[in-house]
Amino acid sequence: MHKTMSEKILADHAGKPEVFPDELVEVQVDFALGNDITAPLAIEAFRRSGAKKVFDRDRVCLVPDHFVPNKDIASAVQARMLRDFAKEFDLRYYFEVGRMGVEHALLPEQGLVLPGDVVIGADSHTCTYGALGAFATGVGSTDLAAAMITGKVWFKTPHSLKFIYHGKLRPWVGGKDIILYTIGRIGVDGARYRAMEFEGEVIDSLPMSDRFSMCNMAIEAGAKVGLIAPDATTEQYVNGRAKRGYKFYRSDPGATYEAVHEWNLSNLEPVVALPHSPQNVMQVTEIPETPIDQVVIGSCTNGRLEDLRLAAQVLKGKKVARGVRCLVIPATQLVYMEAMEEGLLEIFIEAEAAVSTPTCGPCLGGHMGILAPGESAVATTNRNFVGRMGHVDSKVYLSNPAVAAASAVLGRIAHPEEVLS
Amino acid sequence: MKIKGKTWKFGNDVDTDAIIPARYLNTIDPAALASHCMEDADPQFASKVRPGDIIAAGKNFGCGSSREHAPISIKAAGIGCVIAQSFARIFYRNALNMGLPILECPEGADRIQTGDELEIDLDSGLIENLTRGEKYTAQPIPPFMQKLIKAGGLMEYVKEQVSGQQ
Repeated sequence: MHKTMSEKILADHAGKPEVFPDELVEVQVDFALGNDITAPLAIEAFRRSGAKKVFDRDRVCLVPDHFVPNKDIASAVQARMLRDFAKEFDLRYYFEVGRMGVEHALLPEQGLVLPGDVVIGADSHTCTYGALGAFATGVGSTDLAAAMITGKVWFKTPHSLKFIYHGKLRPWVGGKDIILYTIGRIGVDGARYRAMEFEGEVIDSLPMSDRFSMCNMAIEAGAKVGLIAPDATTEQYVNGRAKRGYKFYRSDPGATYEAVHEWNLSNLEPVVALPHSPQNVMQVTEIPETPIDQVVIGSCTNGRLEDLRLAAQVLKGKKVARGVRCLVIPATQLVYMEAMEEGLLEIFIEAEAAVSTPTCGPCLGGHMGILAPGESAVATTNRNFVGRMGHVDSKVYLSNPAVAAASAVLGRIAHPEEVLS
Repeated sequence: MKIKGKTWKFGNDVDTDAIIPARYLNTIDPAALASHCMEDADPQFASKVRPGDIIAAGKNFGCGSSREHAPISIKAAGIGCVIAQSFARIFYRNALNMGLPILECPEGADRIQTGDELEIDLDSGLIENLTRGEKYTAQPIPPFMQKLIKAGGLMEYVKEQVSGQQ
């Protein structure tokens, strides 16, 4: 039988020769993670179960990243639950403030999630690791607790959808634009319960950072996983970082797909998702004049070094517009350090942007950049639901880092070429 | 098991930020989470809802984040069942893990309106709309999920394995 990547990875982790769509399988988990919002519930469930140990201290990971550095006393109490648990169960991978980063940027960077893995995370953007060719998906805290104890999780084997992208991308168009375009085409439930596979010459030439941005937002189309078949780009990224062995899986020619979408992206301009849904997309050139109050550049979607480089290209020698706050949040300590060494932080600070320590903070309206009633933000994050970044009457526009930076300079949603020409 | 109550109707793609905004996720206390349930979709919801009430909604209910706080807040607010055209996958898993009854019923989700009095038989999936004199049949819960529910949820199932090991 010809099989998809998802079917092959699940079969191998279930100890079966093959699995079929809709088949329920119990699979071995290679890595399981939680954060300071979801892990407290998992830790409670873990303790209530009477479990005396985690299944593997090297494969259960806690990353406080959402409401840290602690935004208030209640958050401090939740973060302490992670710290205490990590100490009690001697977890190898607990990342304290100062060592941590936004989880879905941090774990690939540290070589902890790898091609061919099954990864579950109590965070919906766990699907990011599909960019490495891992079957990685978000679950709730109780599923995490069960996996922390047993090292196993059950899944319904998903049907797969294939997305083939042709053409050559224009300047300032990247992974974020491709995934927003895709969600705009199929809708926020267009891949519900499905595995999305991204391929084609556009994907072949896409760097890892852009691949992470794409797979990160597969959940925004309702998908269980978003996958890119590993290639030389993947190998180059993983080689030297990997803390364990890994395996490349590719879908067989002739594997069964529920649908195949083929699009040419040569004429695509940068894409922006308007409030209040990631499917509500327009190309930036089509958007009527839209003044903004805040710009956020960072997050698990676009807080990597390559993203900051794009923003810096636009902001270099420019100033953030009067009346606009521009926040730049490197996703990890390493990204922060490299951005400093490359002089990117200097560019941001000279442009009068605020640069912060890694945190998910404003993306989910936690802290570090909350919007007042009536305010609008352009953000390189992944969700623009009602109230996502603050007050229920505020608005979030999702974009790539270059568009966000250009918007900061002009005080309205803008194409990078408007700043650089 | 039967549930009888009054319905609150919501639209398509109700996301978990609408169900329980992230600004309240600095606690895991069910009562505190319940007091902000559905706040960004209907600010008065938590004060209006009565034990046994029912939520009906369109497609893709519970899309967005993996926060288990969403089904926890709905359950702690006293909601007896959520009926929707369809559910987002993580929410679906979480609701069953939390013991919050949910039913997929495109026809019912379409016909039911706010204020309708419903009687639901969870075992058969039969939904009776007492206000409109209509009956709808929900998709049955898959047998594997029923097994988990009968065991008392995922953690009870795991506990059996834990006690077997020790």
